[in-house]
Amino acid sequence: MQRTDFIDEANLRDDIPDFGAGDTLKVHVRVIEGNRQRIQVFEGVVIRRQGSGVRETFTVRKLSFSVGVERTFPVHAPVIDHIEVVSRGDVRRAKLYYLRDRIGKRAKVREKREF
Amino acid sequence: MANKALVGEKVGMTQVWDSDNVVVPVTVLRVRPNRVVQVKTAERDGYSALQVTFGQREEHKLTRPEAGHFGAAGVQPGVRLLELRLDDVSGYEVGQELTVETLAEVAHVDVTSVSKGRGFAGVMKRHNFKGQRASHGAHKVHRKPGAVGQCATPSRVFKGKKMPGRMGNQKTTTQNLVVVEADAERDLLLVRGSVPGPTGATVLIRNAVKRSQ
Repeated sequence: MQRTDFIDEANLRDDIPDFGAGDTLKVHVRVIEGNRQRIQVFEGVVIRRQGSGVRETFTVRKLSFSVGVERTFPVHAPVIDHIEVVSRGDVRRAKLYYLRDRIGKRAKVREKREF
Repeated sequence: MANKALVGEKVGMTQVWDSDNVVVPVTVLRVRPNRVVQVKTAERDGYSALQVTFGQREEHKLTRPEAGHFGAAGVQPGVRLLELRLDDVSGYEVGQELTVETLAEVAHVDVTSVSKGRGFAGVMKRHNFKGQRASHGAHKVHRKPGAVGQCATPSRVFKGKKMPGRMGNQKTTTQNLVVVEADAERDLLLVRGSVPGPTGATVLIRNAVKRSQ
């Protein structure tokens, strides 16, 4: 509970799905090119989710032409059109920085299996 | 001097998104309606100012002189009495309420407050000295200032030499803060960037002197 919570209330989004580290997301981002707006999809694995309230952010990592690309978004950012959860990952820690040092098959996150 | 001023209270910092979806760091200031208790004019008082109060204070917590002063003005007693120095006070009268709407059309403001006290601070914190090396024979001098002057000439330390001492707890003004939002309904003013003082500090908000109106 912060003294400025009542200001942040208006900026919090309630349409964000539940997700965490290890999950694979499709983040649909609004991109403005000149005076045209279009939607760009950034798909990858969530390697971290940190902070709370309006300042909460998450980082998505993907491989683009075999170069690792990470993008950090505020969870409540208005540039995010919507977030799609593609799959749930089975991971044992909250911060998946170890994925940065891995390549190929070892850089994969196991999918969570529901019984 | 300013021609628009108000007294408020620092609530804290947070962030908002602007129209271009860019994050703006803001300080939230609560500006409860300022009630004019006395109008000071150059002819009568030697300078022009508005004496204002804000908030509520219970009658029995007032001293007799305070009660008399508020009573004479016919204004409900507030938590503090402050003066707003203004160029022109002709449009104001006793009992008038100034809300945050006063600053609604102002683009930039100066905010004055008493900065956080840091106690007796060393030169690294107080004057941004570099300090000394961590190793290579440095012994217990890592954060010390080093030499403070020459030898037989001048055989003294110059006045104004930057040294350790009390830091903060001083009246400080941050100039040219951009007004992000003036919300009269909730008595709030959001300015871009930081403002001196702890949360809960009383702050003086004036239109920026270095910006044309």
